[in-house]
Amino acid sequence: MDPIISVTALDKTYRSGQRALKGVSLEIRSGEILALLGPNGAGKTTLISMICGLTSPSSGQITVGGYDIVTDYRAARSLIGLVPQEVALEPFEKVLNTVKFSRGLFGHPPDAAYVEQILRQLSLWDKRNTPIKELSGGMKRRVLIAKALSHQPKILFLDEPTAGVDVELRKDMWDVVGKLKASGVTIVLTTHYIEEAEAIADRVGVIADGDILLVEDKDKLMAQMGIKELYIELQKPIKAIPPALASYDLWLAEDGGRLTYVYDTKAERTGITGLLTDLSAAGLALRDLQTSQSSLEDIFVDLVKD
Amino acid sequence: MNIHAIKAIYFFEMARTFRTLLQSIISPVISTALYFIVFGSAIGSRMVAIEGVSYGAFIVPGLIMLTVLMQSVTNASFGIYFPKFIGTIYEPLSAPVSYFEIVVGYVGAAATKSFVIGLIILATSFLFVPVQIAHPFWMLGFLLLTCLSFSLLGFIIGIWARNFEQLNLVPSLIITPLVFLGGSFYSISMLPPFWQTATLFNPIVYLVSGFRWSFFDTADVAVSYSLAAIFVFSVLCVSVISWIFKTGYRLKN
Repeated sequence: MDPIISVTALDKTYRSGQRALKGVSLEIRSGEILALLGPNGAGKTTLISMICGLTSPSSGQITVGGYDIVTDYRAARSLIGLVPQEVALEPFEKVLNTVKFSRGLFGHPPDAAYVEQILRQLSLWDKRNTPIKELSGGMKRRVLIAKALSHQPKILFLDEPTAGVDVELRKDMWDVVGKLKASGVTIVLTTHYIEEAEAIADRVGVIADGDILLVEDKDKLMAQMGIKELYIELQKPIKAIPPALASYDLWLAEDGGRLTYVYDTKAERTGITGLLTDLSAAGLALRDLQTSQSSLEDIFVDLVKD
Repeated sequence: MNIHAIKAIYFFEMARTFRTLLQSIISPVISTALYFIVFGSAIGSRMVAIEGVSYGAFIVPGLIMLTVLMQSVTNASFGIYFPKFIGTIYEPLSAPVSYFEIVVGYVGAAATKSFVIGLIILATSFLFVPVQIAHPFWMLGFLLLTCLSFSLLGFIIGIWARNFEQLNLVPSLIITPLVFLGGSFYSISMLPPFWQTATLFNPIVYLVSGFRWSFFDTADVAVSYSLAAIFVFSVLCVSVISWIFKTGYRLKN
């Protein structure tokens, strides 16, 4: 399938001399949910700002729906809805009017029924005549989403959508995201919360220090890098790993009471059965067994650390 | 052309005006009415007529100009500065809107507001002093062109300003002195010769003179000069604005 967004060799150096993006290339597929993970200052927001036309690239090219974002900016931008990271809303304006404003700005004639549908979906309908300054922080975030959806975009950017958001709103938000995806909308979100990416994304991109370290199907990524650990609690502490067990990838905890065995779930033989047999042959009595699988977070920390 | 976007910006800005009716319309009208009472009725009645026009009436065009210039600049500069300040500027900048459409929306709304204020002040002046309008069509034309060109200037100031202090700097330190020294309250023929010449470098002289001509058929400088001055000034502002959008000056990183 043709990518809906294509970013080629994108480079950005700010006037301060800071190089925020270092020749980034990225293809975003139509209809997918792509999560961009990365530490603060990695370049996530810079990347999104450039696709949306808020920041000018130093070099490189971006197309959205096949349209160049500079020469064909009208066609490109009509496809995009942006929910910015910072809550930026006209404080004295009413909810309904600010959503209507966004729709007009994107060149659409008024559509009261559609606007009502969005506001209801985001539990904002009862607040439609409330000035924005009287809303809670979570409500303001909903308004930002309603504005971004007001012109029925094909692509939705959510920049840190759940930073400082309560559980209920987060749930509502993922409901909306789910429905949008079902209707064919492409969703790109940046987040610090790795569980979030793990829960809803189709693909995960990791950005650090202005570079895209990887973009991979989430399931593939987790399977590929899915390392499991087996913890073996011993009845009696030992001083060293017995020579009979030297062939296993084992390490001993400092107090000598626990052995950790690292294995690959994808491997043909995990070696667990053999290990357990050899353990008892070596005269070690077990107290408990435990396993853990590396999460996306471990993978992420590993990647960014290097 | 994204007509819906222009309408959206225009009406959003006009809604701000109606939300702050007291501050944006009633307050300038009241302060100008005070000028009419003090300079027009009270002091004006003791002054000799200037070029056959009673002093009270003579200052009407200048006073309207004073308010309209200030209002155009402050409305337009605030209109674009405020979204920058609170961050909502991200929306017009990421929307399928051309720079021309953004300017038409913001500047159009600011100019409309000051035009309406100008008309209200004119209507108010009839309550205090006898005013005649020799060329009503030209009067409206001068008023409209002034509102537009100074709203363009205000738009530039709003983009240039980094804080509220800078936003107020130009209106209070530049526009006010230029208007007071621009013949709002006197005819420049009343000045010593040196100052008459110096005054000709003040662009506001041309606006006030042309506007006054549309009322009383007498002018300090030729009407064609006044029109040319507004035209040159507008072209200058439009060029600066197109440069701003081309380079993203203080709008984009």
